[in-house]
Amino acid sequence: MNLWENLVGGIAGLLDFMGRRSGQIAELTLEHFWLVLVAMIVAVLIGVTVGVLISYWDPIAYPVINVTQVIMTIPSIAMIAILIPFFGIGFNNGVAALSLYALLPIVRNTYTGIRAIEQAVLESAIGMGMKESGVLFKIKLPLALPVIMAGIRTSVVMGIGIGAIAAYIGAGGLGILIFNGINWVNYPMVWTGAIFISIMAIIADILLGWSEKKMSWRT
Amino acid sequence: MIRLENLTKQFNPAEPPAVDELSLEVKEGETCVLVGPSGCGKTTTMKMINRLIEPTNGKIYINGEDSSKIDLIKLRLGIGYVIQEIGLFPHMTIAENIATVPKELKWPKEKVWQRVDELLETVGLDPEQFKNRKPKDLSGGQRQRIGVARSMAADPPIMLMDEPFGALDPITRAHLQNEFLRIQQRIKKTIIFVTHDIDEAIKMGDKIAVMRKGKLVQYDTPEDMLSAPANEFVVNLVGGNYSIKRLHLIRVDEIIDRSPFTASSEDAVSDAKELLEKSKLGLVIVTDENKKVKGFVIPAYLKKDGETNADIMEEPDQTVGVGSTLNDALSVMLSNGQGYVIVVDEKERLEGVVTLNGIMGVLQDND
Repeated sequence: MNLWENLVGGIAGLLDFMGRRSGQIAELTLEHFWLVLVAMIVAVLIGVTVGVLISYWDPIAYPVINVTQVIMTIPSIAMIAILIPFFGIGFNNGVAALSLYALLPIVRNTYTGIRAIEQAVLESAIGMGMKESGVLFKIKLPLALPVIMAGIRTSVVMGIGIGAIAAYIGAGGLGILIFNGINWVNYPMVWTGAIFISIMAIIADILLGWSEKKMSWRT
Repeated sequence: MIRLENLTKQFNPAEPPAVDELSLEVKEGETCVLVGPSGCGKTTTMKMINRLIEPTNGKIYINGEDSSKIDLIKLRLGIGYVIQEIGLFPHMTIAENIATVPKELKWPKEKVWQRVDELLETVGLDPEQFKNRKPKDLSGGQRQRIGVARSMAADPPIMLMDEPFGALDPITRAHLQNEFLRIQQRIKKTIIFVTHDIDEAIKMGDKIAVMRKGKLVQYDTPEDMLSAPANEFVVNLVGGNYSIKRLHLIRVDEIIDRSPFTASSEDAVSDAKELLEKSKLGLVIVTDENKKVKGFVIPAYLKKDGETNADIMEEPDQTVGVGSTLNDALSVMLSNGQGYVIVVDEKERLEGVVTLNGIMGVLQDND
């Protein structure tokens, strides 16, 4: 009985909070989105480039992928602290941290996507006289695209979640609601931050899943 | 003209070379078939010509020019390349696949698409029906045709073909071989053709280069190789039964009977009966006004009810094309269970008939 009342009271408090602070929530959501977007653009540029480079030279492929894997195991709070000497505190640090986390799925999927291409396809392209740049941009990347997109999708969804931590060093975003909510023991505030982060992640997942299908040459 | 001079490739210093001091010359417009068991170096030899593999030693001259001095991309764009696995680009349409080399050569768009249509027709596929499809929507035989069309796209003077028909069922293979021979008669490319199938070598080659352990064992015309094999290895490769092998060399055109009895489908059955009495074969071929084969009548069908040929005729199970070999004709006869086969041109128009007796005659001439 007590539990039920608490729940109803909690939801009412949550809705009340959301109503009163809707302006701030919208602003923080946008900030969060912006942080993840910039980080992902950086991660895709670096990740795809690294993935392509290691596909040309197998001996370094697994060491490089392993390094990105180790990066992923660093706790996010520690990562942000480690990056302070290089990027200070604020937005840049947040972007750097999220980009580093996003690297593994993108690098690994770019590499495996390219390596999975049928040998005969590449041999005929090269044998017919396509330049290496042509082979890369007209054959390898288009064929690996669905796999690369799957990696990006994983990274984005993960990045939206980890992005909350970036608020700790002043990078902004929905994490602010969570940290302040904890400090001020304001549970509706914590819940609001968590819920909006989840919604954003779900929407990103659906949209990227859809575009992954759209871009697939298999259909 | 392609000339290989002491061509050697050693992949691993601890092992004997994959290709060992190979020298041979292929004249312009000729098809040279490299044949031998797997690991004999035939594919390696071919890949050295478009420099997918660089030779350890020796030279390749293309029209007298040292190929190692030609710009790699320029060299390859001038050499058509077809492999057994075809390697069509799965994310591109058929038209885009065929257009690959012309696009690399920066042909004007209109010329590219015109060429694509032309090539699709050359390999016997309707452009409107096929050009916008993806490779996965095609059958094995159709894909192989696209592979050939793609390699011919920019009209390269030289073509390299590595077991191009190897993955196909025997009937489709024979069909594509014949079609390719017909196309080659017109385009006269200089072709290096790799196969492990001696029958295919005899059928496709103007010259056959038998290879073993990287070395050239014999380089001869198919006729000379059959009548004078250089050594035991070639004898074993060719296998026994020289006469049967010769069936791969002779085209149906050479023994075709060009004036079989024909009738139109509206003709009365009584006329067909008269013709059948005169016909030694016991066969009347029913054609339309364009000489297109509609069916055939044999004495047994006269028992059926009907007034015109259209009522009693049957459609032939299988016919053969004009470029087919006697071996192709014989296999169709065997599968039809008849002592003759109707020969048609590429538009299904009647060319004549080939009979078992005709084939026997050829075999007896040679014995």
